[in-house]
Amino acid sequence: MSSLERSDVARLAALARIDMTDADLDRLSGQLAVIVDAVAKVAEVAGEDVPATSHPIPMANIHREDEVRPSLSQDDALAAAPEAEDGRFRVPQILGEEA
Amino acid sequence: MSETTIDWTRATAARMADALAAGEVTSVELVQAHLDRIAAVDGPVHAFLHIDAEGALETARAVDADRAAGVELPRLAGVPIGIKDVLVTKGLPTTAGSRILEGWIPPYDATVTRRVREARMPILGKTNMDEFAMGSSTEHSGYGPTRNPWDLDRIPGGSGGGSAAALAAFEAPLTIGSDTGGSIRQPASVTATVGVKPTYGGVSRFGAIALASSLDQLGPCGRTVLDTALLHEVMGGHDEMDATSLDEPVPAVVEAALEGARQDLTGVKIGVVRELSGADGGYQAGVTQRFEESLERLRGMGAEIVEVSCPSFEYALAAYYVILPSEASSNLAKFDSVRFGLRVEKATVEKTMLATRAEGFGDEVKRRIILGTYALSAGYYDAYYGSAQKVRTLVQRDFDAAFAQCDVLVSPTTPTTPFKIGERIDDPLAMYLNDIATIPANLAGIPGMSLPSGVAPEDGLPVGFQILAPAHEDARLYRIGAALEASLTAEWGGPLSAQAPELEVAE
Repeated sequence: MSSLERSDVARLAALARIDMTDADLDRLSGQLAVIVDAVAKVAEVAGEDVPATSHPIPMANIHREDEVRPSLSQDDALAAAPEAEDGRFRVPQILGEEA
Repeated sequence: MSETTIDWTRATAARMADALAAGEVTSVELVQAHLDRIAAVDGPVHAFLHIDAEGALETARAVDADRAAGVELPRLAGVPIGIKDVLVTKGLPTTAGSRILEGWIPPYDATVTRRVREARMPILGKTNMDEFAMGSSTEHSGYGPTRNPWDLDRIPGGSGGGSAAALAAFEAPLTIGSDTGGSIRQPASVTATVGVKPTYGGVSRFGAIALASSLDQLGPCGRTVLDTALLHEVMGGHDEMDATSLDEPVPAVVEAALEGARQDLTGVKIGVVRELSGADGGYQAGVTQRFEESLERLRGMGAEIVEVSCPSFEYALAAYYVILPSEASSNLAKFDSVRFGLRVEKATVEKTMLATRAEGFGDEVKRRIILGTYALSAGYYDAYYGSAQKVRTLVQRDFDAAFAQCDVLVSPTTPTTPFKIGERIDDPLAMYLNDIATIPANLAGIPGMSLPSGVAPEDGLPVGFQILAPAHEDARLYRIGAALEASLTAEWGGPLSAQAPELEVAE
C-alpha cells in the first residue's frame, strides 16, 4: 500500500464535503500520510482464514409492532434548522448555474 | 439545617445520599455548594461548557419538597451530576465539543439523560470534551481545553477531560462519560478519579452523539468505586430505542463494590497482560512502580497473580485507527448544514456543505473523516477496513484465551502520567499512543475500569490502574477495584483525590 499523496487528500476531502485551502492540504497531508503508513500494519496479520468481526457482542436485529408512537412534532424537528419554510427544511439551490 | 463547617463538595456521592436521607443536608444546599465551587475554580479548569444553575436548583427544590412530604425517592435523588456534552439534553445546549453544533438545543433527551432525571439528580451542566470525542487530551475541544486540576499546565485526559476534571476539582461528585477507545478510563487515570466503561450494550446510547458505533459505550465516573457503581445502576439497563442495548439486567455492581471493600480476594485469579504491562519498555518508571505495588496489595488480599500474553494487541491500535475513522466518517455525514447546526451559506447546497464542514470541524475531526473516507473507498476497503475487522477477531481470541486462565486482567491504564498541554498536539500518532492499553477492551466490547493507584514518585502526578473483565461481568471490576481502593485509601488516610493541590479560588 502506497502512502497518501497531497492530491489524494484533496480528492478525499471533496468526497467528504470538506473545503480545503492550500494551507489545510499542506498541514494535513503530511500527518495523514504518517497515520496511513502506521495503520497499514493491520494487513500483516489478516490472513484469509481469519473471519471479520463487525460488532463486539453477537446481536440480532430487533423488531417491534408497526404502530404509531409519539415522536418529534414538526415544529420541534424544524426548530434548530438553519432555515425553514412552509414546514420544511429550506436549502440553497440544489443545482449549479451550469446545470 | 446542615452544619456550616462541612464542605459538601469533598464528600462522596454515597455520603451525600445518606445525608440527604437523614435530613442532614438539603439538595438545594448541595447544589449551591457545587455551583459556588464551579464559580470559584472553573475559570482556569474549564471542565464545563454550560452551567444550568437554575435548572439544577429547580430539581433540588422539588426533591427537597418531596422528601419533606415523605415521598419515597431513588437513592441518588438530590445528588448533583455533570453530563458529558456528547449526550443530548432537552432544552440544554449540546455541542459534543464542536463548533458545528454551537448553540444547538436538542428537542429530546438521551435515554441516559432521562434516567438521570428520573433518578431525580440535579444536572449542574455539560462537561467539556474533545470534538466529537476524538482525542486523548480535551485539547481538540472547539471551545478551548480543559486543564488538569492536579497541574493546570497539564492535560486532564480525553475525550472526557471535562467529566474527569470536574470530579478532581470537586465541582461535581458524579459525571457521565463515553468511552470509544479509553475516553472514560484514560481521563480517570490522569486525574486520580474512577471511571468505568461497561460491557458494550450495557448502557443505552440513544441520544449519545455517535463517534464509532461499534466501539462507543457510555459509562459512569466518580471519585470512589462505590459512587461509580451507584451511578452505573442508574444509567444501565435495556432500552428498546437502542438496537445494540443488551436485554439483560444491570450487573449487581453496588453489591460487588461493597463486597470488594471487605478486602478478601481469596480464590480470585488476576492476569497481568504482558503486552500492556510495560514489561517491554516504554512506560514511565513511576507508572510501573505503582502498578507493581498494587499487584502486591491484591496478592496480599489472597488473589493469585498470573501472567498472560495477548500477542495480537500489537495490532490493536492500528485496527482501532482504521475502524474508528471509518465509522466516524459515516456518522458525521449528518452534519450537512440542512437540519441543525452551522450553515455557511453559499450559492448551492453542495458549496454550502463544503464551506460549513470546513468551518465547523476542527483539524482532528477533518483528519479522521478523511482517513475513514480513504479506508472505506474502493480498492482500499479490503486492505484497511477488512483487515482491521480481522484484527478485531484476533484481539477477541486473545481475550478469550486470557480469561480462560483468570477472572480479570489488569494493567496500568496509561503509559505515562498527564503530559503538558500542547506537547503532543502537532503529532497525532504520539497522541494516539495514550490509548494503547485501553483500546483492546473497546475492540472486544468487554468492560473496563480505571482507578487511582497513587502518584508517580518522579512527578507527583496520578497513576491509574486498569481492570478488565469478560463481557457481562462488569461486577468483577467493582469487586476487585473496591478491594484495591480500600487497601490504598487505608494507607493514604482517604481518597487520592484529597491529595490534589488546592486550586486558586476566584473571588
